[in-house]
Amino acid sequence: MALKIVKGSIDRMFDKNLQDLVRGIRNHKEDEAKYISTCIDEIKQELKQDNIAVKANAVCKLTYLQMLGYDVSWAAFNIVEVMSSSKFTYKRIGYLAASQCFHEGTDVIMLTTNQIRKDLSSPNQYDTGVALTGLSCFVTPDLARDLANDIMTLMSHTKPYIRKKAVLIMYKVFLKYPESLRPAFPRLKEKLEDPDPGVQSAAVNVICELARRNPKNYLSLAPLFFKLMTSSTNNWVLIKIIKLFGALTPLEPRLGKKLIEPLTNLIHSTSAMSLLYECVNTVIAVLISLSSGMPNHSASIQLCVQKLRILIEDSDQNLKYLGLLAMSKILKTHPKSVQSHKDLILQCLDDKDESIRLRALDLLYGMVSKKNLMEIVKKLMLHVDKAEGTTYRDELLTKIIDICSQSNYQYITNFEWYISILVELTRLEGTRHGHLIASQMLDVAIRVKAIRAFAVAQMAMLLDNAHLLTGNMQRNGICEVLYAAAWICGEFSEHLEDPNQTLEAMLRPKVATLPGHIQAVYVQNAAKLFATVLRKHEGATDSQAAQETSQLLVERLPLFVQSANLEVQERASCILQLVKYIQKLQQKDVEVAEEVSALFAGELNPVAPKAQKKVPVPEGLDLDAWINEPPSESESEDEKPKAVFAKEETKHSRPRHTEVDEKELARRREARKQEQANNPFYIKSSPSSQKVYQDAPGVEHIPVVQIDLSVPLKVPGMPMSDQYLKLEEERRQKEKAEKKKKEKKKKREKHGKGKKHDSGPESEEDITPAHHVDIVTEEMPENALPSDDDDKDPNDPHKALDIDLDKPLADTEKLPVRTHRSEPLKSPGEDGDVESVPQEPKKRSSKEKKEKKKDKDKDRKVCQLDFSVRRITDSNKNGCYLETKWVVYTHLWAVYDIQGNLQDGSQVVVSVIFENKSDSFLKSMEFNVLDSLNSKLQRPEGAGPHDGLVVPFQLPPGVSNEARFIFSVQSIVMPQKLKGTLTFIVKSEDSSTHEKLDFKLHFTCTSYLITTPCYSDAYAKLLESGDLKSSSLRLEGVNMPFHHLLARICFHHHFSVVERIDSCASMYSRSIQGHHVCLLVKTADQTVSIDAKCDEPSLLGNVLDEIKQTFSQC
Amino acid sequence: MLMQFMLLFSRQGKLRLQKWYVPLSDKEKKKITRELVQTVLARKPKMCSFLEWRDLKIVYKRYASLYFCCAIEDQDNELITLEIIHRYVELLDKYFGSVCELDIIFNFEKAYFILDEFLLGGEAQETSKKNVLKAIEQADLLQEVN
Repeated sequence: MALKIVKGSIDRMFDKNLQDLVRGIRNHKEDEAKYISTCIDEIKQELKQDNIAVKANAVCKLTYLQMLGYDVSWAAFNIVEVMSSSKFTYKRIGYLAASQCFHEGTDVIMLTTNQIRKDLSSPNQYDTGVALTGLSCFVTPDLARDLANDIMTLMSHTKPYIRKKAVLIMYKVFLKYPESLRPAFPRLKEKLEDPDPGVQSAAVNVICELARRNPKNYLSLAPLFFKLMTSSTNNWVLIKIIKLFGALTPLEPRLGKKLIEPLTNLIHSTSAMSLLYECVNTVIAVLISLSSGMPNHSASIQLCVQKLRILIEDSDQNLKYLGLLAMSKILKTHPKSVQSHKDLILQCLDDKDESIRLRALDLLYGMVSKKNLMEIVKKLMLHVDKAEGTTYRDELLTKIIDICSQSNYQYITNFEWYISILVELTRLEGTRHGHLIASQMLDVAIRVKAIRAFAVAQMAMLLDNAHLLTGNMQRNGICEVLYAAAWICGEFSEHLEDPNQTLEAMLRPKVATLPGHIQAVYVQNAAKLFATVLRKHEGATDSQAAQETSQLLVERLPLFVQSANLEVQERASCILQLVKYIQKLQQKDVEVAEEVSALFAGELNPVAPKAQKKVPVPEGLDLDAWINEPPSESESEDEKPKAVFAKEETKHSRPRHTEVDEKELARRREARKQEQANNPFYIKSSPSSQKVYQDAPGVEHIPVVQIDLSVPLKVPGMPMSDQYLKLEEERRQKEKAEKKKKEKKKKREKHGKGKKHDSGPESEEDITPAHHVDIVTEEMPENALPSDDDDKDPNDPHKALDIDLDKPLADTEKLPVRTHRSEPLKSPGEDGDVESVPQEPKKRSSKEKKEKKKDKDKDRKVCQLDFSVRRITDSNKNGCYLETKWVVYTHLWAVYDIQGNLQDGSQVVVSVIFENKSDSFLKSMEFNVLDSLNSKLQRPEGAGPHDGLVVPFQLPPGVSNEARFIFSVQSIVMPQKLKGTLTFIVKSEDSSTHEKLDFKLHFTCTSYLITTPCYSDAYAKLLESGDLKSSSLRLEGVNMPFHHLLARICFHHHFSVVERIDSCASMYSRSIQGHHVCLLVKTADQTVSIDAKCDEPSLLGNVLDEIKQTFSQC
Repeated sequence: MLMQFMLLFSRQGKLRLQKWYVPLSDKEKKKITRELVQTVLARKPKMCSFLEWRDLKIVYKRYASLYFCCAIEDQDNELITLEIIHRYVELLDKYFGSVCELDIIFNFEKAYFILDEFLLGGEAQETSKKNVLKAIEQADLLQEVN
């Protein structure tokens, strides 16, 4: 009953928990946005409360809203607060929220460093786990640098649960902080042989991932991995290792040879499809990297192809798809092995899954030969007719064209057939690829001279039947082919049988409905045709017909002169004037044909697309140099040249270019490249000629037009490509027969070739093209420059991890060990915070010395004794910050921090992290402090006031652990120092010595402050109340940006910013005993004035002194 | 098989869970999510579970009303990714006891905790289902004690 009451009040306390929120959102479907905005307002209220449970609940709700797409970045600080909770329940929620909401730009991340470090070294493995998981999501370069050493230590944690997480997260650390790779690598390598399979698998994962990006640095690990591969039974691990070998073999061919056997064994034996697939892929990769043509490997290829065939024949769509995918890899190097499975691939074209059909299409691209091209294309044409949906049909269309045009029309033996295919493809209404077909028509007609007569005839027919193409739709992509048709008919008009008729077709009024650029071509080519017609008639001395033609033009052209399209209008009026002039000459019986033809004389040669780029820059020509000196800047306004068309808006125009030097140009170029590389929408040129087709994103938005193909748009009189196929087959048969006859006659039979028509593959050389085809190659400039194919992405984060791992580790490469934000203290000789008298004044190892030297902090003093003392600030679990000091000793490093206890104003907790830096075992540690009147170490009951506390753990070499000691304090207004000692036994193999370390704990006043957010209204009330005493402080010569200054105060002295206006800010903090501390910080000209108010003047004085000290050190 | 991200969304296209293993801006994440949800939902039921998208491979699978969708890199193994999805579903199933979409909606933080015990930084960290569940149970226990 009592529980119920308590529970009820808790429920009321949380106005709305996550479930309520979710339910509420579901119930407010129609006004979701409004509902959520009220929820966010509530959450904001909840976050203002001190109760951490309420805050955690609010943060949990925010995480949910973040998923729905709401911006919650404003709550980042609250998330950090919840992360810092000492209760696992809330910590877990805090870290979850952080991992979902934080990214590299989140500024509060820098506040989390010490909190995370603390959680990482928490005795509770789930605290550590939750911190590692969170860190894996939001690790930044700074965090990686600062925490690398801690995480590396965790790789040797006693619990495998932590070890495996630590190992995995190291990969993220390497990416963000590549310098950590070399120092951490030896330990990572050790983990490959960890007794726990999970840790081992994690290490394999990380190393494989690293090796895939930069394989050459990991070749030396090959034997180790080979051993693992042959011994491991874990498929997850095996897959990783096999993948790794796939990356290594291109660098070390001998490895490949060695791999084939175990891999084929696995292929035979495994039942796991994922492993089988990985093996097949790797065998393929290995065989590709090995020099091809090794006879003993054809068996392996055969095996792979067989297995893939099984996959493709499987009813599981996924296996089918992957089978086809892998098949296409084999195809690149061993096309013959794949070609024998053509039947299967063609079958896949009928699959109901479009993605499988597309894969099959990709394969067909590589499978064509001179022999089977026509057959395959015929099959594809059938699919074009059957295809549902424009996307797939367009894909088929481009594929057909790709297949036919690949490697410079290598497989086309009959170009008449190809032209017919292109013409047939024009039946595809609504396709987006009219342009593609058109460019193919142009390309073939220009480059294959022998085909021009045929092409021109076909194009003339297309023009004549243009109404069938343009049909019912204005914006029909297919009408692009008319562009090609008109140009071909005009340019090669000498091949036209009836130029008059074509001319007439090109001047029909309907043409005016075509897109402007096509009309322009029509008009221009009508003129070319006109020239041809004139010549023909004058040759036949038929002046009557010639004049009729002129008349036709004079009548029809005015329609185009009226065109809204400038290009059409301009060309039409030019030509109209020309024709009118010709007409006049004709009436005087002057022969004009010769001169008119001269207008269009000369052959147009195809130019390679890259020709322009490849023209070498002549010696002595500097393209970046100014041709004329740029106008000097001093030019006065009125000297500027007057704008021709409109007044230039001089006010907004950029300042005129001044001389741009080489460096600047290079920089700009680099910036542009960077921008392009970062821009996912910038299409980078790909060096491969084989295009990858995939559904373009957003294709779905294009309305799918249902095309009624029940009435096929057969253009009358057109030769069907099928006829060619038949003819071609007959021709080949005949040729073959003849050849055979010849061969028989010569009695010289070639071996290895079957005599029957369709037994065994026919060699390509047997098929001779039907026409003598002269494919004109595209022109390239003389001394073309070799192309530069350096297409490596400079932004690849993995590039930074290209690090030689076999080189011995230099001392300078050690990981930074909590060196950030450290401040020097007084040298220990003069009342240092920690004084220690080492029992054995051993020489410091050179390692340690160097490590200190390496430290980036310039102002850090290296102590002359066997230890150094530093103080760094730290954040504690409640989101406030406290001091950490540390002791460096040859055997032991200790870091401590003092944390105020919010619940109990008379207690502080000192957490000490001990780390064993020696090679010996440390045990029987005892911690003791000489109590003062004000501060006492809390000892267990029954213990005397001078007894030490036993540290509840032992430290094996290299291990660290944390111990906590509670102190009770009475007054917190003064800083104090407590002396103490730590005794411990150093146990090495042959001896054990007792050691003692003296130290001092420094309780500053700052360490009693707890960062507490305060809202401006509450702050104002507090100041108005008049209970506060004031004091002030001036700092001279502070040379740092204001926000750094504020961050420093927040960070080192546990304040929070209440409000900031320009160079003025109000700040707040509270002591563990509830004292309010308010600061007003102003800055001007390197002088900072701080006006402070507090209800306890001596506390305030001490805090201000400490602030002063902080800034005097910087 | 470094996973780039994992998305769970419903047949109506509502996002139920998202986990990003690569750092991206919120804007970019939203854009990717929108695009992928649309692409995957547009696919017909009989189609295979893989698709190429940008320079990534998408592996997705539908369980009841929920789509589980992962992005992997070019050389990664699609089948093992499907296996990962399946494992995760099994884990959810074991944890919630025949899981349904509502379990994930109302206990979305639990769904994340389970995922985090199973995958870390995009890599499978624990292949034993028993171990994952044990870790979750113990962490939950700790939560109650608190």
